[in-house]
Amino acid sequence: MTARTARRPKSNKLPKFLTTFLQDKLAIIAPPLIAIAVFMVIWQLLCPPGSKGLPGPLQVLGETWDPYIIYPLFDNGGTDKGLGLQIFASLQRVGIGFSLASLAGIGLGILIGTNKVIYRALDPLFQVLRTIPPLAWLPISLAAFQQSNPSAIFVIFITSIWPIIINTTVGVQQIPQDYRNVAKVLRLSRQKYFLKILIPAAVPYIFTGLRIGIGLSWLAIIAAEMLVGGVGIGFFIWDAYNNSLLSQIILALVYVGVVGFLLDRIVSFAASKVVAEEQK
Amino acid sequence: MHTLKTQNSKLKTQNSLGDPFLVIEDVSKIYPTPDGPATVLEGVNLTVYEGEFVCLIGHSGCGKSTLLNMVAGFGTPTTGEVRLQTRRITKPGPDRMMVFQNYSLLPWMSAFDNVYLGIDSVYPNKSKSEKKAIARSHLNLVGLTESADKKPSQLSGGMKQRVAIARALAIQPQVLILDEPFGALDAITREELQEELLKIWREHQVTVLMITHDIDEALFLADRVVMMTNGPAAHIGDVLEIPFPRPREREHIMEDPTYYELRNYALEFLFSRFAHP
Repeated sequence: MTARTARRPKSNKLPKFLTTFLQDKLAIIAPPLIAIAVFMVIWQLLCPPGSKGLPGPLQVLGETWDPYIIYPLFDNGGTDKGLGLQIFASLQRVGIGFSLASLAGIGLGILIGTNKVIYRALDPLFQVLRTIPPLAWLPISLAAFQQSNPSAIFVIFITSIWPIIINTTVGVQQIPQDYRNVAKVLRLSRQKYFLKILIPAAVPYIFTGLRIGIGLSWLAIIAAEMLVGGVGIGFFIWDAYNNSLLSQIILALVYVGVVGFLLDRIVSFAASKVVAEEQK
Repeated sequence: MHTLKTQNSKLKTQNSLGDPFLVIEDVSKIYPTPDGPATVLEGVNLTVYEGEFVCLIGHSGCGKSTLLNMVAGFGTPTTGEVRLQTRRITKPGPDRMMVFQNYSLLPWMSAFDNVYLGIDSVYPNKSKSEKKAIARSHLNLVGLTESADKKPSQLSGGMKQRVAIARALAIQPQVLILDEPFGALDAITREELQEELLKIWREHQVTVLMITHDIDEALFLADRVVMMTNGPAAHIGDVLEIPFPRPREREHIMEDPTYYELRNYALEFLFSRFAHP
């Protein structure tokens, strides 16, 4: 201990705050990196080169390096596109479906949360509808829209709207009686009550709904795209499976996981910016 | 002025404060429950005069808050009525502003915006700069000019209650209703706020109705202390006239033998005649 502290000023020229900063970061980054490395080694040992079945990580890298990893934006027409473009196509569908679901879901949630009769009328219906798996909507969606793209967007919409409606409803219903009393004594106008009390009080709940919704959307789009086809990461996986290109599937799964994680982080980051400190 | 008498009957004849301002007349409150109707209050009569400071004390569950809620307009009496200057009270309004024990500040707004919200709603015809000036002057009144931009979470309990008082006074209510406003505060902050409340009450000439659990607080603040009997079917058991001259100073009052007479009388009422069930 004494030897180490005595040696330190000579060997370590970095300022102290920088070294402590790096040490802190290292403590956070190192464990997951080690875990990934261990996982890769086990995977490689279980799936050595030349074996049948799943490819090992080295084989996946080798088979997908050119073009899938180094050219994410290549475009050979049709569905033969880089993974970046495939993901982008899927994200577009999710973006449209999820945005529509957010607007409709928050609106409906506020309506249901503020009106007891409407709540009693619709809540049982929603509780049943929300348990329907996303893909079960696809056939009627295809029958109704007659086109694959709107059908996939509808599946996203109908999958993500329920948690948004239900959480918004709860958020509006749980507004503390004190706040309502304050509004009553001050005789706040409906508009003021809505903007100054109802929305800020419900925002944390709304964001919980949005976060669950975006996660479900991303789950649903992969499955929906597998069935409806076209450009998109879901169909890319299905297409690769049909051509026995397992390495491509594994790479695509990594992309899907990372994008899903990022979507979740974006929504929770937005929530942290909007939701007041006291309400967390 | 008043001589020291603690009997309710004598009080009424001695009161020389003018016309009744707030009248609670034969009020009862009965809640329906699964086991049949439950009578919380029965035959409550109280007349409060303009500018008076009245404290209500009684054990928890005796219906003090129910009574104040009816004055505020959050509830209506099952029988009888509550009138403010001959107008029957049926719903909440800015003429009877309430200060809640848990402050009820909106956590997403700064202290200033919390005060401004009420002003903005109650004076729609005033200009923005006038309304802002009112908010600033009331924050100044409670000594929070420097904390105007802070959110409630950044304020101490005492500061939060100051904001709540500023919010209430800013809309110029005729009656200020306080439901155990200092119950959650430490002893020192509590005394500070009691003194400030008295100062504000003197300057604003507002009628105050306040619930408290603290006999000393009631004796220091009030013109009259209304003591409630225990529920069910609680009513007003006795009314104490507090004769100390104003402005009051805590040290002076504490030296007055009358203080202990009144205090013992109230204690005897609460802990012997109507001891907690």
